[in-house]
Parts: sequence; C-alpha cells; structure tokens
Amino acid sequence: MSIQSEPFVINIGPQHPSTHGVFRLRLVMDGEKIIDADMVMGYLHRSMEKLAEERTYTQNIPFTDRTDYLSAMTGNLAYVMAVEKLMGVEVPERALWLRMIMSELQRIASHAMAVGIFANDTGAWQTPVMHMFRDREKILDLFEMACGARLTLNYMRIGGVSRDIPPEWLPLARKLLKDLPKKFAEYEDLLLTNEIIVARSRGVGVLTPDQAIAYSVSGPMLRGSGVAWDIRKANPYAAYDKVDFDIAVGTNGDVYDRFIVRMAEMRQSLRILEQALEMIPDGPVHARVGEGTVQPGGQWIAPLAYRPPVGEAYACIESPRGEIGYYIVSDGGPAPFRFHIRSPSFINLTPLKLMTVGSTVADAVVILGSVDIVVGEVDR
Amino acid sequence: MNPVEILSVLLEGEWYDFRDLGNPIGELADQIKDWGAPEWVAYLVSTLLGSVGILLWAILSVLAFIWIERRVVALMQNRKGPNRVGPAGLLQPVADALKLLMKEAITTTGSDRILFWAAPIIIFVPTLAIFAIFPWGENMILADLNVGVLFLLAIAGINTPAVFLAGWSSNNKYALLGAMRTIGMLISYEIIQVLALLAPVLFVGSMRMADIVSWQHDNVWIILIQPLGLLAYIIAGAVEMNRSPADNAEAESEIVAGYHTEYGGIKFGFFYQGEYLAGFAIAAVIVTLYMGGWRLFGLEEWIPGWIIFLGKMYAVFFIYIWSRGTLPRLRIDQLMGFAWKFLLPLTIVNVLIVGMEVLIWRENELSAGEALPAIAVINLLLGLVLFAGWARFLGHGRGTQAASGAVLTQEIGAVFFKPATGTEMTN
Amino acid sequence: MTTTVTGLEIAHSIDQQFPGAVTEATPEFAAVGQDRLIEVLTWLRDDESMLFKFLSSLTAVDRMEWFEVVYHLESFRTNRITVIKVQSSDRDDPVVPSVVPVWPGAQLQEREAYDLMGIRFEGNPDLRRIFLWDGFAGFPLRKDWLNMPGGQMAGLERFPGEPGLEFDNRGTL
Repeated sequence: MSIQSEPFVINIGPQHPSTHGVFRLRLVMDGEKIIDADMVMGYLHRSMEKLAEERTYTQNIPFTDRTDYLSAMTGNLAYVMAVEKLMGVEVPERALWLRMIMSELQRIASHAMAVGIFANDTGAWQTPVMHMFRDREKILDLFEMACGARLTLNYMRIGGVSRDIPPEWLPLARKLLKDLPKKFAEYEDLLLTNEIIVARSRGVGVLTPDQAIAYSVSGPMLRGSGVAWDIRKANPYAAYDKVDFDIAVGTNGDVYDRFIVRMAEMRQSLRILEQALEMIPDGPVHARVGEGTVQPGGQWIAPLAYRPPVGEAYACIESPRGEIGYYIVSDGGPAPFRFHIRSPSFINLTPLKLMTVGSTVADAVVILGSVDIVVGEVDR
Repeated sequence: MNPVEILSVLLEGEWYDFRDLGNPIGELADQIKDWGAPEWVAYLVSTLLGSVGILLWAILSVLAFIWIERRVVALMQNRKGPNRVGPAGLLQPVADALKLLMKEAITTTGSDRILFWAAPIIIFVPTLAIFAIFPWGENMILADLNVGVLFLLAIAGINTPAVFLAGWSSNNKYALLGAMRTIGMLISYEIIQVLALLAPVLFVGSMRMADIVSWQHDNVWIILIQPLGLLAYIIAGAVEMNRSPADNAEAESEIVAGYHTEYGGIKFGFFYQGEYLAGFAIAAVIVTLYMGGWRLFGLEEWIPGWIIFLGKMYAVFFIYIWSRGTLPRLRIDQLMGFAWKFLLPLTIVNVLIVGMEVLIWRENELSAGEALPAIAVINLLLGLVLFAGWARFLGHGRGTQAASGAVLTQEIGAVFFKPATGTEMTN
Repeated sequence: MTTTVTGLEIAHSIDQQFPGAVTEATPEFAAVGQDRLIEVLTWLRDDESMLFKFLSSLTAVDRMEWFEVVYHLESFRTNRITVIKVQSSDRDDPVVPSVVPVWPGAQLQEREAYDLMGIRFEGNPDLRRIFLWDGFAGFPLRKDWLNMPGGQMAGLERFPGEPGLEFDNRGTL
C-alpha cells in the first residue's frame, strides 16, 4: 500500500514572531522539508524614492533614517556622501571623525540586536536579547545626548554633521568602552560555544564565495562566506584610513560563520572607537556649503535648498547589514531627479531561495535570521 | 524529652495530627462507618475529599507558578517580571485566569468539533490523575497501587495522542506541523523514560510507590546510586512536558504556537495548566523515585511530610524553569537523533549494570551497608565514563571544538573559504 | 582606494573589443546598445583585465524622453568601479535585455525596476511585481504617473518660502 502525499503550502509571516518585520515567506513543503520558497514583500513599501523627488536634499535626510531604522547613522551617511560627491563639497576633519565614531557605535548597537535576535530565533527565549539590549540602551543614550533622538537620528548633514557633541559626551563614551569588552566576553562565552547553537547553525544555509559574489551579497553574509571585502578598508571614507582594524572573515559560509563574523565585528568596532576617541581633532563640524545666512550672533544657517549641478553620483558605504549605496541624479533643481537606495537587506535576500530549499522550517527561520534584514530597507 | 518527641507523643495518630493529612480523613471514614453507613460510603467520601484536595492544590499551584516562573525567568534575563497587577505583580495569575475565562473559546469552522472540544480535556485529566499514586505522607496515598510505576508510565503515554488530536482537529497547517513533530518526539522519549525508571524498580524490587519511599528511607536515596538514570529521566521529562529546550511542539519562533494555535479562552487555559501539571508530575516522580519522597532524614517529625514533598517538588521544577530561560531549542531531527542514538544505548546499559549489581547483591547476601557504597561509587564512575565516552564517540564535543572565532585579516579581496568537511552537528 | 573607471576609459576598452557597441560615452558613464548589452557585460565580468564580478547596483531612471537602466559594476580583485547604461526610447512598453544570466544578483532589482518603472526585462526567469500587488494599474515611479491636467509632475521647482524665484506650474508640494 503506497501512501499518497502531497506538498502543502505554509506561510511564515507577515505577522510572525520571527520574520524581523512584516515579511512573508511562502514555503511549499513536503513534510518538514522545503521544496520551494517564495518571498512576498512590499508590506512596508512607503514609496520613499518617489516622495524624495518632491523634497529638497536636506529634507530627504530623515527619509534615510527610516529605511534602515536600526542603523540610521550609516543610512544618513551614505546619502550625505552621495550628495557631497555630486556637489564637490569638502567636509571638515572633525566632522569626518565624528561620522566615523557614530557609525561604529551604530554598528555595535545593530550587531548586538542582530546577534540577540538570531539567538532568539534558535529558541533561547529572549535571554540573550535582553542582555544585549542592555548594552544597546547605553549606546542609544549616547546618541540621545548627541542629537536628541534614539532611533531615527537625522544627525548627518550635507557638509558635516548637524551639531557638535556636548563636552560630557567623550568621557561617557570612554566609560562605555571600558565596560563593553567584559560584556562581549560574556556573550562569547555563553553563545559562541553553546552546543545547541552550533548544532542549529553549523552547515545550515551555506553560500560559497562564488555564489555570494554572483548574487551581489555584501556585508557579514559575504564575509561569512570567506571573501574579505569591507568597504571601510577597500574604499576608506570618513577617517577610516587613519585607524587600524581588521576585517573579520568566516571560512564555511554557513549561518554560524555569519554569526561569529558579527560578533568579531563588534570587537573591531570597539578597537576603532578606542583609537578614534583619542585622535579626534578639534574644529568646525559643518562646512559652509552654498549661500546661507549669517545670524546676528555669528552662527551660519544653511540655505533652504541646495541646487547641485546637473549630473549623477553613487556613493556606497559599509552599513552593519552590507553595502548601502545611494544613487542620486540631479537636474539642477532643489529636489533630486532620481533618488535610489541600494539597500543591502533587499539584495542580500536574493539567494534566500537557494539557501532554504532542501532544509526544514526551523532552518528557514534561522537562515532568515542570519541574513539580518530590516524590512524598512527591503521595502523602502 | 526534646520538643520533637513531645510533639510526636501528643499528636501521634490523633485526628488532628496534620503532619499527615491521612489521619483526619481516616478518622472521618471511621466515624462514618460508626454511624452505620456501609463501607463504600466511607470509601467514597474519603476518596472525594482526597481528589478535591489534589485538584485544588493543582490549580492553586499552577496559579502560583505562573507568577513564579515569569519572575524567575525575568531575573535571568536581567529585567523585572510582572510587577503591575497587585503588589509586586502577585495578582498576575488572577488576571491571567480571569482573562482566559472571559475570552471567547472559538471553535473554528473547519475543525472537527468533537475532537477539538475533547483534546484539552484529554490532556488535562490524565495528568491530574497521576497525582493519585504518589505518597504524600505515611497515610496520604489516594490510590495505593501495587503497580504504581506502571500506572505512571501508562498515563504519560496518553499525552502523545492527545497532543496529536489537538493539532489534527484544528484544521490548521501550523498546528499540524506541531502535532507531527510532537508524535515523533514523545514516542522517542517515552522509551527512554521507561528504561530510566526501570532502574529504581530493580533496586527496590517492587513497583509500589510506598515501597520505594520506605526502601529509600531504610537505605539511601536512589539519586546517589543512579546518577546516569536520573540524568536521562530529567532530559526525557523535559521533552515529555513540551518544555524548552525541547518545545518543538509549540516553538513560538517558528510555528507560532504549534498544536494549540487555534485554541483560545479556557480551552487554552486547559493546555496551559496541563503543561504545568505535567511538569509537576515529572518533578513528583523524580522526588518519589530518586529523592526520598516525603521523608527528609527525620525532619518529617517536625514539618508535615506533604510540605516536604511539595518543597522538593518545587525545587526540582526550578531546574526546568532554569533550563527554559537559558537554552536554545534543538531541531526536531536533532532531538530525535539525540534520543535514539545517545540516550537509548546509555539507558539500556544502565539497566544492565543495575541488574548485575542487584543480582550480585542478592546472590551474595550482602548487607546494605556493604553493598550500597560500592554500588554508588561504581555507578557514579561508570556513569561519567559512559556519558562522556559515548558523547565523544558520537561526535558531540567536536562541534564546539571546531567552533572558533572569525579569521581576522587585513588583505582586501582575499578569499578564505574551505568547504564543510562533513562534521556537521545535525545528529 | 577604489578607482573609478571613467566612462570614457571603459568606453574605449569596450570599443576595442566590440566595435560599435558603445552608443554614448561621457566621463560619468558609458552607454551600450541593447543588442550588444549581454555580450559586453559578460566580457566585462569574465575578461582578465576587467573582472567586474560584482554587480553593485541596478537602477532604472525615467529621463522624460527615454528610460535608462544603470549598472554599477565593481571589481574586488582590481578594486575598481564603473558605470554602464542602456537606454530604451519606448515610453509605453520599454524592453531591455535581462542581466540575470550574467549576475544572478540582478533578479530582485530587475523585479523592482519592472514593478515601479514598467521596464520589461527580457530573459528574466521570474518577472513579476515585487512591492505592489498584481493588479496594480500603472508604474508609480514614472515621471508622468498620475499626470494631472495642467501638467503637474513630480519634482520641485523651488522650496516653498524660498525668496526671490518665480513660482511656476511644476512643483507643488
């Protein structure tokens, strides 16, 4: 007697504790094995690219916060660098160092959340997440001191940063840097060699380097597959060429390697921060771009609208999720003619079908966690 | 005479000796017989009182543990637990219970109505019935069965089809996935349970719970002579009660709520209670069979035996709360592989060793004082060696040795890939 | 530092290999004809002196009179970046060959360009809408979407409140 079986369709999402946002993964399954995976996205599509065509360049900076809301500093920075490339603006020294310090703090905060949520996906009921969020809170307190916001930061401006850090910021940051290595050692101790986490993630979701490069994957996913490509080293921006750090690379291309790459990157960020907090020079934090007005007290206010020359520019930087780039086309008017976001989460999702077909539902959830998507960036 | 002896003399056997609640009930039964009622009336009344007592205790315990578990797990996660409802959140269980009672218990259209309605009951009632066989004190056993351990294992087996009923009758793919996972998991670990529990029975020579408790009182707690068996039973127990690290049946981050996705209101309340009660039952089994039951080296003269029993039970249950807050979840095939490949051979070998030891003991007519320390030492050493050796043989430690940090480099564009050599940790 | 290969240089290199393929070359980009696009891009990916194995970004731009698809190519081995474009003058149903056979990473980005701009990519194994639902009418990112009478289109002529400039029909917030 033969048993007649047929594959059935199961939806993970859009409301689900583990899809990192409103994202739907439609799996066709044969028992517990996945035979086809389809992504359905667009639940968070806010048409930012169209809206940005009706707002001036400075008004578009808050949009860049809200694409990748878990690492707003890098989103801001990529956009602002693209516009500066278009306009040929030179950014003062202190602003470059501040940009780098904020990006690295943002990287630690974002990776802490990514690693914690990955542990949550494997089933450790929120314990690592809670501990990592404790550290993330301290970093967000620093951000609040610097720019007034915790999540959608709006800190970078065309020509520098919006304001200088208050005098008590640097000592507080140094104190945080002294506390963090102990915490990281604790997390590494608990998570890196935990047999269950290794068992759940070793050999799962393997991506070879050739596949990774062909699928335009970037960031910790690419480095987890063994390709040592980091834009901070390959094309240094914002004072990265003046500090010393390593690129963390995995060797197997599976979920476990992406996880250890993220943990190692947090440590490298600490290294960069230690050097940067000592070496930061004094000076202005905002270049005088365009006409602007000068207040009676001597303060210079940026003009209401910049009018870059006709042309186009593409600038990409290393965000915690991968290579984030902005392609700006200008037609001489106050608003961009085309505003395109090259978002890493969206493009890193391209090999998801390749990675999940053949594994089980539990693996699919863990693989999705390792891609580390932010749906705001996927859908824009 | 010291105070304890005075107390014993004063209270011994009288109906107001609440150190053993069997005494007042026994007095009541005698009274009823004295009034001329037939025997079955006395029996019925005492049984009813016992059952109602257990039921009340069960429900109150579950309510208390809702609060305790959430606070303890919160402590482990570096945050406070519920602290809004009532002083320090103590009325949280009341709020939860009221919410579950007042919610609409939806029955979905496509579901099999009778099975859908019956599944929570089938899960809850047998688990409650297990508590009848435990000795809570000298005279406090509701059902003094000769085959107590067998009854226990039989009842534990009802859990499996009940969970599958719940998942199947929901007409929901997530529930079905959860139900299918559960069957494989529970069946695998039931065998481990049976084999692990075989060892204390071999030592005592009887399946009666009261006999086991008094054997432990006369000799030694079985935890000292059965470390391997206890470990296997703790793991099997965790799986039987669908708890992390083996909560695949209701893996929240994967299939939302598994077999009880479609249940709401008081039906879900039954599942919730059933899970806690199963936990208490397994803790009670561990306490009775391995940790001396209601006796505690003579302390039962002072403190009532049932309070000691409850204290030990809650202490053992804490281990399960602890593991829930700490460990991630194993994948279902890894979990079943763990049962069949790792635990099953270990428990079979354990039974073999225990059988040989008991045989040698009886054959040579050794006294307990001679045999037991030797058995304890042998079992401990063998347990450690077998556990570690078998784990190493199966490759369980190699994964963490292979787990390493990331390679740190400064060369841009270099490729460091080496394909996996096959030492996967899937089993 | 990543060196940007200017459009003129890359056009020169392409021209030597595929004469007549380049339709336009400025310092910023090199535009290639549709019929030669796939072979030029495959050569750019595989040739030993080029090795542009990484497709950094695929973008579609609506240039009022024509559509263009912009490819930013990156080479890890030689640490260079360059810009290639392809154009289509058809305003109603623009068709461009798909580069998914060359770089599989273009899959989702081409679906996005199809969804929002309406450019059909020939050869894409799975071309359907990605953000909007199947029955959606129109392509939102085009400049003439929801073209109101009076010719209002997306864009900003002047920041409201900016002193001095004339306010004309194009550019209301």
